[in-house]
This record gives sequence, structure tokens and C-alpha cells, in this order.
Amino acid sequence: MTAQAPGDSGGRLPENIMHFGRVLRAAGLPVGPGTVLEAIRAVAAVGIGNRTDFYWALHAVFVNRRDQRELFDQAFHIFWRNPRILERMMSLMLPQLQSDADEQQADDIATRIAQALAADQNKDQVEEKAAEELEFDSAMTWSQSEVLRQKDFEKMTTEEVDAARLAMRRLKLPILAMPTRRYRPDKSGARADMRASLRAALRTGGDIIPLKFRKRQTRNPPLIVLCDISGSMERYSRMLLHFLHAVTSDRDRVHTFLFGTRLTNVTRYLRYKDIDVALAKIADEVEDWSGGTRIGHCLHTFNSDWSRRVLSQGAVVLLITDGLDRDAGAGLRIETDRLHRSCRRLIWLNPLLRYDGFEPKSQGIRALLPYVDDFRPVHNLESLMHLTDILSAPGLRRHPGMSKWLEAAA
Amino acid sequence: MTKPIPDSVDAALALLSSGAYVADRSLATALFLSLKLGRPLFLEGEAGVGKTEIARVLSQTLDRDLIRLQCYEGLDVSSAVYEWNYAQQMVEIRMSEALGDQDRDTLERGIFSDRFLIRRPLLQALEPSANGPPVLLIDELDRTDEPFEAFLLEVLADFQITIPEIGTITAKEPPLVVITSNRTREIHDAIKRRCFYYWVDYPDAARELEILAVKAPDVPAALSAQVVAFIQKLRQEDLFKLPGVAETIDWAHALTQLDCMALDPDTINNTLGTLLKYQDDIAKIRGSEASRLLSEVQTELAIAGAA
Repeated sequence: MTAQAPGDSGGRLPENIMHFGRVLRAAGLPVGPGTVLEAIRAVAAVGIGNRTDFYWALHAVFVNRRDQRELFDQAFHIFWRNPRILERMMSLMLPQLQSDADEQQADDIATRIAQALAADQNKDQVEEKAAEELEFDSAMTWSQSEVLRQKDFEKMTTEEVDAARLAMRRLKLPILAMPTRRYRPDKSGARADMRASLRAALRTGGDIIPLKFRKRQTRNPPLIVLCDISGSMERYSRMLLHFLHAVTSDRDRVHTFLFGTRLTNVTRYLRYKDIDVALAKIADEVEDWSGGTRIGHCLHTFNSDWSRRVLSQGAVVLLITDGLDRDAGAGLRIETDRLHRSCRRLIWLNPLLRYDGFEPKSQGIRALLPYVDDFRPVHNLESLMHLTDILSAPGLRRHPGMSKWLEAAA
Repeated sequence: MTKPIPDSVDAALALLSSGAYVADRSLATALFLSLKLGRPLFLEGEAGVGKTEIARVLSQTLDRDLIRLQCYEGLDVSSAVYEWNYAQQMVEIRMSEALGDQDRDTLERGIFSDRFLIRRPLLQALEPSANGPPVLLIDELDRTDEPFEAFLLEVLADFQITIPEIGTITAKEPPLVVITSNRTREIHDAIKRRCFYYWVDYPDAARELEILAVKAPDVPAALSAQVVAFIQKLRQEDLFKLPGVAETIDWAHALTQLDCMALDPDTINNTLGTLLKYQDDIAKIRGSEASRLLSEVQTELAIAGAA
């Protein structure tokens, strides 16, 4: 079937689908020209007799992640209801402005679509739109219930810090590579590579079969970092972000989460090549900078929302926190236990260990300790460099040194 | 004679229900599009909501072969696509040597020919079959790794596979491809872009009752209603793994085996293991929480019955 075929019967419909595709793209869905053509074909196949079918046909093409459903749903209902979209949408949105906090997310989505549509409007409606844009603004100035601070990274610059950062950026994290089920040709491999052998044999006419070998490939397991950014950790977590950025760009399958009173996945931002861009994005995204810590709550969020998605292939987890918990360790035991059982190794990095006389006294620390496989300091460059040794050394899952801490905590 | 594929959404819906699969119209739409336009159907959803079942029903109702590729980490070409039969190849070389009648080119063509090719699921799916193009089920794609995903791109886009020694094998008629994922990681957009996407959700109460009526017809209606209402309540709870439709059906069967006519707290506590698969979850629900949910269910059903 060709792309033109549906146009014969569709009249202006293909054009409208194209506009709809553009609205979705402006609203943030990855919609390319190919997708639009596919949508036109899909609609032609399903027919336009039934609104539900029409909806799901477009849905099957334009949506390819679960979290895009809301956006698509709102865009669909707004776009395909009325040609004079903007006015109708205003009337849809205005009642929501007076609604509950639960609706805030829906408002945010509607706002994104509103902006996408507004960019698409005809010029004769520009004035009208300008008048009503004030309304949109009011939808966006939602007051946050928590007192959350925006942070400026630039205030921490001294020469030593700069030097340390540079060193940190050069650090590699050679986690012990695990064998995979794949092979690659290798002269010193332990297994015969029959395919290569036979091909080589034919090259000589089949008189002799020179044995070729292959070797098991190894691969780094995924690395998950859960980093505490509460007030007590402030100095370290900022420095560590540089380290995490270096690790993220060094290898694949690194996922980074920051937590204070809530959990934020910052993996995407750390992938920006430029560290300043990455840090600026994170500062925008993370709202609980330098607040309190609710470790149990955040680990619970991680366990229920993320663990199955990021821990599935034998991940190593770095938990960076001082273990000082605002909730006094409530729920922490169960959640750490669950986390520990879902990963290959759980390594706790604690800056408080820099004090020689450190004793695991606080409730948070005592709740965490029984479930971690290793317990290490993380307060200077040296301890970070030491970390690379720990992670790359083969050995028992639980480091022998842990028994000392467990006794102290008992 | 191959059965024709459905020619409308209604026909697709009828096809699914003829295979004892209770589906939403939305799923039928995605399925119809995938059959009609010859693109894979990408099904994502929690475990136990009936993703794999769709492929099975499709192969049954359309009378096609079902070829299943179970994905796992490190899945490679030799176990997913093809492998050479090395032992036989070596015998062949030895034979031709003994006869001494073949030159090198002939031998090479002979060795790397169809005869010595062991076909794995993906290659099988591209071959013509008496029953028409088969249903290819690529199950739990999220378990494999990115390199294999990248390999799948060629297969899914053009339904062709390149074997260096032979050349490119193209399917005369593309297979009906169903891909499932539990979303333990995100599948790359490049794959999804070539498919029709559908998120298989937990069914609502009415739909779940229908499913139970089809899948477990010997369960008394009153018990079914209670089971479904209880599970719908359970899915509102903060659990690590919510029970899927598969668990609902298992539980209903289990209760029937126990000659249970109506839910009571003891029975629930004793059979909770068929519903919840994590000890934490069981500990959370067992006892007072189960009783509370049950009394809520009983009240709601009583009100509905009175109305």
C-alpha cells in the first residue's frame, strides 16, 4: 500500500492527522513524518466510522510508552473535538484551575498541550491568544506544598575544589566484569569456534581443519547509585555529582537517583556531555536539595517504582548516605532488606566514616548496616580511588570487614 | 488453505473472543492494525495480564503455527536465528576428501548449504509454511540486551535475515509478530517505532468477571463476583507485586477445588499464596487487612444486590 492511497478517500483528514502529529510533537512525543504516514495508513485501515476505533488506531501509532498515554489522551480530545481548538480548550481548563492538588499533573499536561497548540494557531487569533495567555500563566504558578529550595552550584568554587573535581572526572569505576553468554573469537580462548574453524578449513581445501578458538565475553553489570542530597550530606553530594557524571559518561547502564525527602531519577541529565549543563539541569529538577532525609520513604519509592526496571540484570548498588534519617529509621529495615535481595551487591558509602571514632549509634545507621555488603568512607579523593579497588576485586558478596560493623551495631 | 485475517476491528474482536480471550475494543484495534498492515504488535504490561496468551489465541484461531522465542540475557544469533551443523559438515569434508572428486568451490558451496543449516525460531518464522505465515511470539524482549534488540531491527523492518555464507533470506509472506515486554527496562524507540504499541492494563471489574466466566466456567457466579471484587480492592493496595488476571483465575480455581462457596477470612488467609508472590505482601494483607477488604467487598456486593 502506498502512502498516497488513503488520501483518495480521506479528503482533509490526512492533513488534519498531520497537524495532530505536529501538535503531539510540539507537546513532546517523538513523532516523525514516518509516524504520521503510518497513522494515516492506520486510520485508513480502521475506517472513521467509530470514534473509539479512530482513537485507538492513532494511539497504537503515536504512543509507544506508557507514560505518553495521558498526554495523547488530552491532546486527542482537545484536537478532535472542535476546529476552534483554543477557545474550547480554555473552557476545559478554567474549571481545573480551581480544582484540587491531585489535578495538578493533569494541568501540567494540559499546559504543555496548550503551549503546543498555541504555537500552531492561525495568525488571526494571535491577539485573542495573547489576552488569554495570562490564564495559562496562572495555571503554571502552582505553589508547592513543600518548602523546596532552588540551588546554585556556582557558589562552591575554590581552587582546591576545582582541582578535586578535575581529578574526579578522570576517575574510572572498573566494576568487576561478569561473564555473559556471548563469545568472541580469541586465540587464547578455551572453546573451539567451530564456525571459524570450518571456514578456515575450506580456505585450504578441507585437507586440514585448523582449530580456531573463542572466549566468553564479559560485561560490566549495571551500576545503580542512590545518593543522599540532604543538608547533612550537602558538601559531599555536590562533589560526588562530578564523580557520578564521569562514571555515567564512561560506561553504559549507570542509573543515578538523588534523594532527600523524595526520590529523583537524574540519569538522563547526567548524560549531558557538559558537566555544567548536566548540573544546571539537575538543579532545576531536584526540589529537595539540602532538606531533611527520609531514607525509608525514598527507598520504598525506589523499590516499588524503579527496582524492577533498573535492577533486573544483576546490578551493583551504591548507596551514598550518612544514614541520618529524619524518620528515625522507620520502615528502613524492610526496604533495605528488599533492596539488598534484588541486587548483586549493595555497597554503602558513608562520609561519617572519616571520623576514627565513628560508632554506628543512630537508628538509621543501625537499620541499614545488617543489609549492606560493604561499608566504606567517601569523604576525599583517596576514598573514591579506593572504591575502584573494592568494586573491581573478585570475592565474596559480603566483605569480611562487615562483621566488625555488625558487632558494633548489635 | 489459510484462514483469512480479520478485515475489520469487529472481526478482530470476534476472532479473539472465539479463542476464549476477552479483550477490550482498544486491543482489538491494535491487533487489527498489526494484522492488516503487517507490522509487529508490541504488548507491554505487568506480568500476568495475558500478553503471551494473545499470541497463542491468534495462532489457534487463525490455524497458524506458533513459533516462540523466549528471550534471555545474552541471547545470540546461534540460538535465536540459525546455527551450522558442524559435525555433519566435518563428515562431509571427510567424505569428499575420501572421494577426492570435488574442487574447493563446490565443496564450499556444499558445506554451507541449506542441508547443514539448523533453523532457530527467527529463521523458521520466515520460511513458508503449509498453514500460511506463522505467528512469531518474541516473549519478554526486555530480558535480552541491546545488541540483540539491534539485530531484531533488520528482522522486524524487512522480515529478512542475512546469513553471510548464503545470502539474504526474505520472507515471502511476513509472519504475524507479537512482541511482549514486562518493562523491566525500556525497549529502544527504534524497535517500538516499527510496531503498533499497546499497553495491556489490569481489566476493570466487569471485564474481569467476563474473563472469569470464560476461563473458569465451573466457578459459582456468587464466588466469582466476590473474587473479582476482592482482587480489584487488592490492586488498590500498596503492594510490591499486584495480582494479575492469571492470579485471579488460579485463585478462583483453587477456591473451587476447596469447595468454597463464598469467601471467608480463613480461606483467604490460607490461599493468599496463589495471589501474592512476595512474603512482605502476604504478611501485609494476611489477617486483619484481609478481613477488612472482605467486609468492604461483602457490603458493596450486598448494596449492589439490593439495588
